[in-house]
Amino acid sequence: MTVTDTHGAIDAVWRIESARIIAGVARIVRDVGLAEELAQDALVAALEQWPDSGVPNNPGAWLMAIAKRRAIDLIRRKETYQRKLAEMGHELEIDGDSVEDDVEAILEDTIEDDLLRLVFTACHPVLTTDARVSLTLRLLGGLKTDEIARAFLAPEATIAQRIVRAKRNLAKAGVEFEVPTGDELIDRLSSVLEVIYLIYNEGYSATAGDDWMRPALCNEALRLGRLLAELMPAEPEVHGLLALMEIQASRANARVGPNGEPVLLLDQDRRRWDRLLIRRGLESIDRAWAIEGSSPGPYLLQAAIAACHARAAEADDTDWARIAGLYAVLAQVVPSPVVELNRAVAISMAFGPERGLVAVDALSDEPSLKDYHLLPSVRGDLLFKLGRLDEARTEFERAAGLTRNERERVLLLDRAAAC
Amino acid sequence: MRYMIINKADAESEAGVMASQQVIEGVGKVIDDLSKAGVLLFAEGVHRSSLGARVKVAGGKRTVTDGPFAETKELIGGVLVVDVRSRDEALEWAARLAEALDDEVEVRRVVEEADFAPDADIFKN
Repeated sequence: MTVTDTHGAIDAVWRIESARIIAGVARIVRDVGLAEELAQDALVAALEQWPDSGVPNNPGAWLMAIAKRRAIDLIRRKETYQRKLAEMGHELEIDGDSVEDDVEAILEDTIEDDLLRLVFTACHPVLTTDARVSLTLRLLGGLKTDEIARAFLAPEATIAQRIVRAKRNLAKAGVEFEVPTGDELIDRLSSVLEVIYLIYNEGYSATAGDDWMRPALCNEALRLGRLLAELMPAEPEVHGLLALMEIQASRANARVGPNGEPVLLLDQDRRRWDRLLIRRGLESIDRAWAIEGSSPGPYLLQAAIAACHARAAEADDTDWARIAGLYAVLAQVVPSPVVELNRAVAISMAFGPERGLVAVDALSDEPSLKDYHLLPSVRGDLLFKLGRLDEARTEFERAAGLTRNERERVLLLDRAAAC
Repeated sequence: MRYMIINKADAESEAGVMASQQVIEGVGKVIDDLSKAGVLLFAEGVHRSSLGARVKVAGGKRTVTDGPFAETKELIGGVLVVDVRSRDEALEWAARLAEALDDEVEVRRVVEEADFAPDADIFKN
């Protein structure tokens, strides 16, 4: 192996192991910022030694051992070792190696709990949303600062500063390295899911010509979602979010036309949908529904809607009645005029434009939709289908005046002209 | 990027003998770790070749040859598909699987739609 090969191998090991190492060390030092520094020290040691010695047979364990040893040394120096060990809830003898062995055994048992603690700490509400996103990618995704910067089209210094500040704020706020319990868990979990979905959507909004790190964010979010589903298998919304992302990702190739233009769901070539991701998404949904004793949350409902499309081999096969029903439930869980509008569209697809129009008209006084171009756009489409062309034209023109997207505006004016 | 990690058949698997407890546990651990890293997309093993067949169509003529097939080392034993960030990452996982199996595994890059894009440079033509 050449030195370059070794560096590639070290990089790969770091990507795979860094979250576990940081999590394991954070359990000892109770500070994720410090834990990351210690994990980085271990990485530096690997970069120094492996090019000569070769990559060890169990590289993850090697890095973990170094990082933990440094953590223990540090704590010994701080003379708070006894107290920290007491916090770990175990009585240990402090006589040389046996301590490390015992600590090792404890860490091995709890590494998954530690990873979960790391997830909840990185997504802690004392941090700004931006900080949560960066810290999550850094600590759990193993991304380097410059990669995060490229992904978010931000200067590297900005991201570096954001991460430093986030770690400092966690320490300052005295955030416990713990998984929340009881009612707090529900709120905190939704913050975690929100962060993962934000990362996903940032990647999903990438356009042709963007740095490849941007679309790669979708994969980072998927990996985080899959990790979380393993760590919290009893939470339906975790599977719901994962399913939603897997199914959306399955359409990645089909949703952009040859000139980079967006292709609407119903116009997509479904043969280009990724069957493997669809299968995974549907399995996640099944897993979520199988969890008893909870009513479906917003991610699971959105995933279930996405699944109706995924199951239809042709756009005409779509089970619109089921989609309309799911939107009705979603509107109860998260009341939103936009969800209602989507429900109206589904109703029109399932039961005809007349009934769809009734549902749309029920929204006409909704203040939050006053300047929302999709309301007249949908209404125009339904009127058009009903042959009420003059009214349709007025709606399309109104929609064209409201949209801020130039391509969409042209499309709407074309439709108005066709009435 | 996706990689396929392919493990091979051996005399025992071809004889229809279940793998040893040690191998089953070792491979199970690797699969578990892959799942928990969020990179595992697909994992399946295949039975002995005597339960399979080779199907050939030449000049419109269909020939079915039932297994078993002799060249054990060229037969697959199972396939994993992982979604990773680099070839090195795929190699690292492959090494862990190879260790658990105490055997060689093959790592191949999966063809993805993006590889056909005009600016992709993976095909030689």
